[in-house]
Amino acid sequence: MSLLSLQRDMRDWLDTGSAECAVRFAYSAQPGLGIYQNNYRAQLAACLEDSFSVTLAWLGGEAFHAAIVAHVKSNPPTSWTLDLYGENFPATLRRFYPDDPEVGDLATIEWALSEAFVAPDAPPLSADLSTIDWDGAKIEFVPSLTIHPLASNAPAIWSAISAGHEPPSPALRPLSEALIVWRSEETCRFRSIASDECDAFHFLAQPGATFGGLCATLGESQVERLGQWLGQWLVDGAITGIADATQ
Amino acid sequence: MDLPAFGGFGLGLRKPHYADFIDGRAAVDFVEIISENFMVDGGQPRRILREVRDHYPVAMHGVSMSIGSADGLDPEYLTRLRQLIDEIEPLFVSDHLCWTRIEGFNSHDLLPLPYTIEALDIVCANVSLAQDRLGRTMLIENPSSYIAFDEADMSEWEFLDALCQRSGCGLLVDVNNIFVSAQNHGFDALAYIDAVPGNRVRQIHLAGHTVGETMLIDTHDQPVCASVWDLYARLMPRLGAVATMIERDDDIPPLDVLLAELKVARDIAGTTTERRAA
Repeated sequence: MSLLSLQRDMRDWLDTGSAECAVRFAYSAQPGLGIYQNNYRAQLAACLEDSFSVTLAWLGGEAFHAAIVAHVKSNPPTSWTLDLYGENFPATLRRFYPDDPEVGDLATIEWALSEAFVAPDAPPLSADLSTIDWDGAKIEFVPSLTIHPLASNAPAIWSAISAGHEPPSPALRPLSEALIVWRSEETCRFRSIASDECDAFHFLAQPGATFGGLCATLGESQVERLGQWLGQWLVDGAITGIADATQ
Repeated sequence: MDLPAFGGFGLGLRKPHYADFIDGRAAVDFVEIISENFMVDGGQPRRILREVRDHYPVAMHGVSMSIGSADGLDPEYLTRLRQLIDEIEPLFVSDHLCWTRIEGFNSHDLLPLPYTIEALDIVCANVSLAQDRLGRTMLIENPSSYIAFDEADMSEWEFLDALCQRSGCGLLVDVNNIFVSAQNHGFDALAYIDAVPGNRVRQIHLAGHTVGETMLIDTHDQPVCASVWDLYARLMPRLGAVATMIERDDDIPPLDVLLAELKVARDIAGTTTERRAA
């Protein structure tokens, strides 16, 4: 048997755990096959438990592990890093719990936080705000910043469980709301935002988009609100640079 | 082999002991990291590693290169590893004689190779490519294994010796892995120890294992056992300067406990050095 054939057989055994795959190996290999099968599944399960500890606490062990079994079956790991294995787990949970959106939302928050934790570093904003030409200013957000639609009060549930408090009952919230997740220095943070602030983030993320352009889009009636957002983004540590888009 | 020797005693960098290594308080000669844990874009892991590197030489030990993959190496993995190497300037870069990935499937486990001529050709080609991309000589570690293949053309130590000669790589000898595999597959651990090409060895791993239902399992969650210390004592007189370390990945005790265990290694190595000098 070629090495490639052997490795394909081993992959099939790990992926399926089926007797049909096991018999491709010699009788003497059977005890060892069981050890590798156990290692494979235990490692993936431990990875998901570690990556989604708040979701695990919310769901309870039995329900969480039923989702793990389904996820491992339909999502064999592909990346060189185990850290990425949880990437699609929020989607699995949404399929498992279509009537309980806070479950998938909790997992989304946890995954976003873990991504922000190791996102590229960004220096804190050092610009002198008084000298900036805001009409032509290009806002540069920290590279860890991501935006996520949420359908539930999962942020409040996450905060309560993480603090060791009794979580609130699950509740729906307007689909137009969203969550931003980012890292300021080494602290990962999130904040709920309304649809208009979400639109502002998306506008400013466009190539060449300027703060002045956003002002013009929103209209004069919203300038004060825009000023409030900018102040909040600065307090959040979500901005790493303000460049002059005309240069 | 163009890899300088380093004589010293170290520990793995694990979360419970981060503060001791960041401060430079831990009395070790070097620190070993799991490379993949730090092959991230930024954030706290990279900052911690930079601070540890300010105090200690760092050895980079990988688990995902998959030098035994019949379909070759992952270029993205090598690029990321090279970036970390360039930043850290490590003492050594090592990975295992095993495979973890095939055709896009990544098991995240150190899977066994059949020690055949074909596998040797593939591993030699992969190690040579990796050394070329990384710009440095690698150390390859003998794994613990739970399957031995009937079609093998040679023993594991013969395979490693041939790999060193053909690819120019060095060896990281895991003494516990020799003991575990010897028990699991019924070969003589002493014969393996005596056959290790001593001039190729630059690093030593010591660890504990668990007695499973049918085999010994390489769990790194226990102290080094007496039999493994005996094998270490037998191996050391055959080596030049090497970097010895204790791997502990689970049920991690306070640092003082690991330092006391490391002192056992220092004492054994000191005794064998005195014997050599006499």
